[in-house]
Amino acid sequence: MIDKDKVLHIAKLARLHLNEQEASQYAKQLSDVLGYIDKLNQADTQGVEPMVTASPIETVYRADEPKMDLGVEEKIKNAPETSGHLIKVPPVVS
Amino acid sequence: MIIHDFECVIGIEVHAQLKTKTKLFCSCPTTFEAGDNENTCPVCMGMPGVLPVFNKEVLNFAIKTGLALNCELDSASVFARKNYFYPDLPKGYQISQYEKPICKEGYVDIVLADGEHKRIRIERAHLEEDAGKSTHHGNYSLVNYNRSSMPLLEIVSGPDMRSPAEAAAYVKSLRSILQFIEVCDGNLEEGSMRADCNISIRKQGDTGLGTKVELKNLNSFRFIEKALTFEFERQVDAAMSGETIIQETRLYDKDKNKTYSMRSKEDAHDYRYFPEPDVLTLTFEEALVDKIKKDLPELPLATAKRFVSDYGIPEYDAVVLTQSKALALYYESAIADTKNAKAVSNWIMTELLRELNDAKKSIEESPISAKQLAKMVELVDAGTISGKMAKDVFAEMWKTSKDPEQIIDEKGMKQVSDEDALLKIIEEVKAANPKQLEEFKSGKDKLFGFFVGQCMKASKGQANPSVLNKLLKANL
Ligand SMILES: [Zn+2]
Repeated sequence: MIDKDKVLHIAKLARLHLNEQEASQYAKQLSDVLGYIDKLNQADTQGVEPMVTASPIETVYRADEPKMDLGVEEKIKNAPETSGHLIKVPPVVS
Repeated sequence: MIIHDFECVIGIEVHAQLKTKTKLFCSCPTTFEAGDNENTCPVCMGMPGVLPVFNKEVLNFAIKTGLALNCELDSASVFARKNYFYPDLPKGYQISQYEKPICKEGYVDIVLADGEHKRIRIERAHLEEDAGKSTHHGNYSLVNYNRSSMPLLEIVSGPDMRSPAEAAAYVKSLRSILQFIEVCDGNLEEGSMRADCNISIRKQGDTGLGTKVELKNLNSFRFIEKALTFEFERQVDAAMSGETIIQETRLYDKDKNKTYSMRSKEDAHDYRYFPEPDVLTLTFEEALVDKIKKDLPELPLATAKRFVSDYGIPEYDAVVLTQSKALALYYESAIADTKNAKAVSNWIMTELLRELNDAKKSIEESPISAKQLAKMVELVDAGTISGKMAKDVFAEMWKTSKDPEQIIDEKGMKQVSDEDALLKIIEEVKAANPKQLEEFKSGKDKLFGFFVGQCMKASKGQANPSVLNKLLKANL
């Protein structure tokens, strides 16, 4: 069961602003989802290896060869604010 | 180490930056001296819709390290997302191994200053990507993502160390192993190796673990030792005055030699790990392990043992000489030019390392080459200069990088072993000091030292002391 407090806690960790009504609504929806997972939990999985990926293929590797396609201007272009080539963000340590 | 019946329990997490050419999940270069945000791309900047692709060399390095640390290797290790919010983490999560790390259950053997051997367990070593770097400027912060997604191997020790000195010895041993196998620079100051130390205390004889405090910001071996010593004493004081020690992260302030609380937010450790859907299970064939094992170089402790048996130097000296690959190579290249391996080791241990340390230089930057040091040792052994002169020659070599022979020539420092020349000096000294000679002859034995001193002075310190002694004994 996911209650409203849990939803607000997770929202805080993800820096999401929810109002009371949204929190209640998501609590119900998420509880429904987890309720369904609970049903899956009833299946007997004794001796079954846990699945870590939906695509059980061999690892794909990349060779250790440097490559850069974009200039630095291009790379920071989407940042809302910059200072020189650094990205400027709201203060994180007060 | 015991304070008021309390012992400390220390475990260490070392983050070793693997020195690959590119990052863990993208082809950005890992060069140290790049401009701000130069070494970035949409993957390591966390743009939507990108796909991380694993760097093969990281796997080779991880296997190599696992073998060097005597670990069990998992041929199907798994990446997870570690979620937390911080601007230097552009995706909002760090890709890290969690439940199934690539290496587990190994050990490192360390040798302490008193010669004691100790085995420190390695609980696990897992791969993860580094975060970017943010700097704070009051009402805003600035972020550089050059370090974002750099490959790290986090090596977690068991809670096996019982003193700050053991902790420093462990990190030193680990660093030399990583340098010998060439997977990490091991530079604590520049941050290519970072050691976070967990320390708790307990009454001597107890077996449980107390509440641990994590110390960060320790960028030298000396700070590791000092911070742990301070923290050990702080915890004992707290326990003695009935305070509870709280689990927290503390930072070390090197100027005040104190640790202080970071006052982390209570939610900070709610990482909500789950398997990383964008990265496949990290698999490899046993053949790859065999190949890497075959090419594994001699490790520091094995090299030290070889130095002991081949060159007859004390074990602790050998451990110090193998603390970096470059130093071990320096030693070996010096003793290729002289038979006196013990003297070379002494010069390095007592003089060279002290000078290098004071000048904050690495052995690669030593103004005295291995060849020059060997030559100086040879000149002492041949009797050309005395041990005392050698100290002056050494000092001059350090200052000028000149060859020892050149310094000896320029300063006219040659030791005089020629008996006729020395006899001439002895006669002069005798003639100049008739009163003392009379007293000596009538039994005042301790005046012998007076004549040694006078002859030394007359020879400008160049008389060979043992030849001079012998001649004086026969001629007074
Ligand atoms: Zn990148």
